[in-house]
Amino acid sequence: MDISDFYDTFFEEAEELLADMERLLLDLDVDDPDGEDLNAIFRAAHSIKGGAGTFGFTVLQETTHLLENLLDHTRRGELKLRRDIVDTFLETKDMLHDQLDAYRNGGEPDAEAFERISRVLQQMALDELGQGEAVKTTTKPEPAPAPETGDSAQAGAGAGAERDEEGASAPRRLAITLTGVSDKDRELLVEELQHFGTINSQSGDVARYRVLLDSSESQDDIEAVLCFIIEPEQLSIEVEATAAGDGPAAPPAVPTIPAVTAVEEKASLAVEASPEANKDGPKSGAASPRSSGKSSGKNAKGSESSTIRVPVDKVDQIINLVGELIITQSMLEQTASDLDIVSHGPLVNGMNLLQRNARDLQESVMSIRMMPMDYVFSRFPRLVRDLAAKLGKDVELVTEGKSTELDKSLIERIIDPLTHLVRNSLDHGLESPDKREATGKSPTGRLTLSAQHQGGNILIEVIDDGAGLNRERILAKARSNGLAVTDSMSDDDVWQLIFAPGFSTAEQVSDVSGRGVGMDVVKRNIQEMGGHVEILSKPGQGTTTRIVLPLTLAILDGMSIRCGSETFLLPLNAVLESLQPQSDDIYSMAGDDQLLKVRDEYLPIIALHHALDVTDAKTELTEAIAVIVQGEGRRYALLVDDLVGQQQVVVKNLETNYRKVPGISAATILGDGSVALILDIADLHRLDRRKSQQRHEAKHQHLQEVSLA
Amino acid sequence: MSAQANTNAPATDAASSEYLVFSLGDEEYAVDILKVQEIRGYENVTRIANVPDFIKGVTNLRGVIVPIIDLRLKFHLDKIEYGGQTVVIVVNVDDRIVGIVVDGVSDVMSLAPDQIKPAPEFGVTLSSDYLSGIGSLEDRMLVLVDIEKLLTHEEMQLVERTAESA
Repeated sequence: MDISDFYDTFFEEAEELLADMERLLLDLDVDDPDGEDLNAIFRAAHSIKGGAGTFGFTVLQETTHLLENLLDHTRRGELKLRRDIVDTFLETKDMLHDQLDAYRNGGEPDAEAFERISRVLQQMALDELGQGEAVKTTTKPEPAPAPETGDSAQAGAGAGAERDEEGASAPRRLAITLTGVSDKDRELLVEELQHFGTINSQSGDVARYRVLLDSSESQDDIEAVLCFIIEPEQLSIEVEATAAGDGPAAPPAVPTIPAVTAVEEKASLAVEASPEANKDGPKSGAASPRSSGKSSGKNAKGSESSTIRVPVDKVDQIINLVGELIITQSMLEQTASDLDIVSHGPLVNGMNLLQRNARDLQESVMSIRMMPMDYVFSRFPRLVRDLAAKLGKDVELVTEGKSTELDKSLIERIIDPLTHLVRNSLDHGLESPDKREATGKSPTGRLTLSAQHQGGNILIEVIDDGAGLNRERILAKARSNGLAVTDSMSDDDVWQLIFAPGFSTAEQVSDVSGRGVGMDVVKRNIQEMGGHVEILSKPGQGTTTRIVLPLTLAILDGMSIRCGSETFLLPLNAVLESLQPQSDDIYSMAGDDQLLKVRDEYLPIIALHHALDVTDAKTELTEAIAVIVQGEGRRYALLVDDLVGQQQVVVKNLETNYRKVPGISAATILGDGSVALILDIADLHRLDRRKSQQRHEAKHQHLQEVSLA
Repeated sequence: MSAQANTNAPATDAASSEYLVFSLGDEEYAVDILKVQEIRGYENVTRIANVPDFIKGVTNLRGVIVPIIDLRLKFHLDKIEYGGQTVVIVVNVDDRIVGIVVDGVSDVMSLAPDQIKPAPEFGVTLSSDYLSGIGSLEDRMLVLVDIEKLLTHEEMQLVERTAESA
C-alpha cells in the first residue's frame, strides 16, 4: 500500500484543522485569551506539523513548526497576544492553506512566500521573546509525555495506587486482611477471591482474617468486588513485598527514572518555561489536555474509514427511488385503510410498520445531501474582520439560522454570490464610524447573515444597517449608462437596476468592490440555481439583500386543501390559522379589493378559486374557509373550500420538464398517484393582484365604451 | 394501455427512418420514433391555472412531473371528449419529457427519403416551421411533425422564455 493513499485524508484533516484554527483565532479575546482555545490552536498546528512530517511535506512542516513554537509560548503566557500578532497568525494560516493546496495539486509551495513567512515568524520570536534559535531547541524534544510521566513518577513515589495500574499485568502477592467478618461472609469472600487468582494461604479468626492471594488484578478491582459483601472499613489490601519478591516491584520503578530525567532535561533546555510550568499547578494542568488531545486525535485517525466518498448522482438515484417507495407506500396505505381492521389485523400492523420505516428511510436519505448553512457562514467572520480593518470600519457580524440545511450542490454555489454581497455591504453599505456617529447611529456597523426555510425555499439574507441605496444616484447612473429609466419608477424597480451589467454607484473604485462587475454575476448565478434576488432598502436605515433559493430536494410538511374538485398543498410553515369568515368581518376597499378583519388586523383576501380559475368552488365568502397564511413577511387570508389534512410530501420540481407557473412553487405526488400543486403564497398574491387589475381594466374599458356610445 | 416503443425494429434501408403514426380526427400525423419514449393512457392529469388551453396540465410519470399538451387544441381542431382510445405519446426532446394527447396511435412506418415531400407553405394555424415534410404512402398522407421544434417553440410556452431553445 502506498503512503500517498493517505494523502487525501491528510489534506482533508489538515483543512479542517486550519478552519478550526482560524475560527479560534478569530474568536480569541486578545486581552484575556482563553487557555483552552490557545491550547486548541496549538494542537491544530501540532497535528498538521506531525502529518506534514509523516508525508514529507517539508515546507509545510517547517512553517507549522515556526508557528507552533510561537503558539506554544502564547499558551504558556510568555508571549502576550496583540492584535497584530493574531493577524500574523492568521496570515500564516492562509499561507499554510496555500501550501496545502500546492501539495494537493502535486506541486511544491511557493518558496519565496515560505521564506517571507518564516522570516516574519522568526523575527516575531526574536522581538517578542528575545530568543531566536533558543525557541527552536526548546520544543524540539517532545515535551508531551513529560507531564504525564512526571505525574506518575510523583504518584508512584507517594502511594501504591498508580503502581497498581502499571503493574496490573504482572501477578504479585496481595495480603488481604478482613476485620470483623462473620464466618459465612468470609466463605463467600474467599470464594470470590479465588476468581482473582490463587489463594496462597489463609488464616485467622472472626476479628482478623488474613488471606494471601497471588493475583494480577488491581487492588481497586478486588476491593470493589469485595465491598459488595462487606464494608470498606473491614477490608485492607496490601502488596506483600517480602513474599512477592523483586519481580513485581521492579517494573513500576523502571519508568520512574526516565521520567525524572525527562523532566530534568526539559527543565535544562527550556530557559524559563519549565520551572514555571512544573511549579504552577494550573499551568501543568493546561499542558496535560494537550497530550489527551493528541491521543484523541489518534483515535480520530483510526476511525477515518467511517466516511466514504460517493458520487452525488448515486445519492440522487437513491433519493428518487425512496421518493417512489413513499408514494407506493401511500397508495398501499390508502387501499388498506378501506379494509376491516379486525379481519386484517396483521396487514394493518404491517402497513403501519412500513410507513414508519419508509419515513425513516426517507429522512436519512435526504439528510445525506443536506448541509448546514454554517458551512458557508463560518467563512465570513474572517472576511469581515479583514475587510473592516482594511476599510477602517467597525463591523459586528451576526449570523442567524446557521443550522438551516441546504442541499450540498446549492451550498457550494451560494458561497461566491454571498461573498460578493457581504463585500458590497461592507464597502458601500456601512458607513465609516464618524459618519455613523454624525447620523446618530452606533459607530459599530451591524452586518447580519441569516438563513431560514420558507415554504419550499430557503431565504438567505445579507442585512446591513448602513446608509441604504441612493435612489437618485442609481437613477443618474442608469441614465448615463443609457438604460431606460423614469423618475416615477418604483423603488423595487430602481433597486433592480444595480443588477445591470457594468453598474456601480460607488464614488470611487476600491480594491474591495465598485468595479461594476459583480452584481449582475450575482444575479445570474442565483438565477442559474433557480432562485432570485430581491433588494429592500431604506435611506439611512440600511439595505437587505434577500436571496431566495428553491429547496428542490426538500421534503415539505404540507397542509392539503381543497378548492372545487382540486387539491392543493400549502407549506405548513406558511399556515398560521384557519377560520370561518363572518360577513361582518369582511370589508371591501376601493370596490374590488376585500379585507378580512382578524383580531383587529385587516388582511387582504385572496380567493384561491379566483386566482387559479377553479370553476366549481364555493364562491360565497362566508361558506369558504379562510386560512391565514404568511408569505414574504406579509399575511393574507386565503379562501379555500376545505382543509383536508396535514401530510409530508416530496417536493417535485415543475421546471424539470415544464416551467415556472405563477402562484405555484412546485408539485408533489399524492397518495393516489396524482399530482398536486404546492402554492406559493406571495406569488399567489401577486397573481391575484394582476388578475384583479386586468378585470378592473376590462371593466373600465367597457364602461368607457358604454359612455362613449 | 402502455407499451414501450421499440426502437430497434428490423433495419430496412439505411437512409429510411421510422415514424410513429398517430391520428387527430381524420388526419394522420407522424413523429420521429427516436423521440418517442413511451405510449400510455390519459389519466390523472392535474390542471394548471393561467396557461394556454392546449396545456392540459401535469401528470405523474413514475415520479417525474410531466406536462401534457393536447395537439388537437394546439392545431385548432374540434375539441373531443377523451375516451378509452385517447392516448398520450410521451416524447423526450431537448432533455425534457412531454406528453402529447392524440386520438389514437395506428402504426410504426418506415419512410424512404423519396417518400418524404417538402412541407408546403401552410396557413396560419400550422406553421411549416414545425413540419419536417409530408410523407406520402400510396393513398395516405402523413404530416411529419418536427416535435422538437414544435415543443420548444416559444408559442408553446412550455419552456421559460429565458431558457435557450436549441
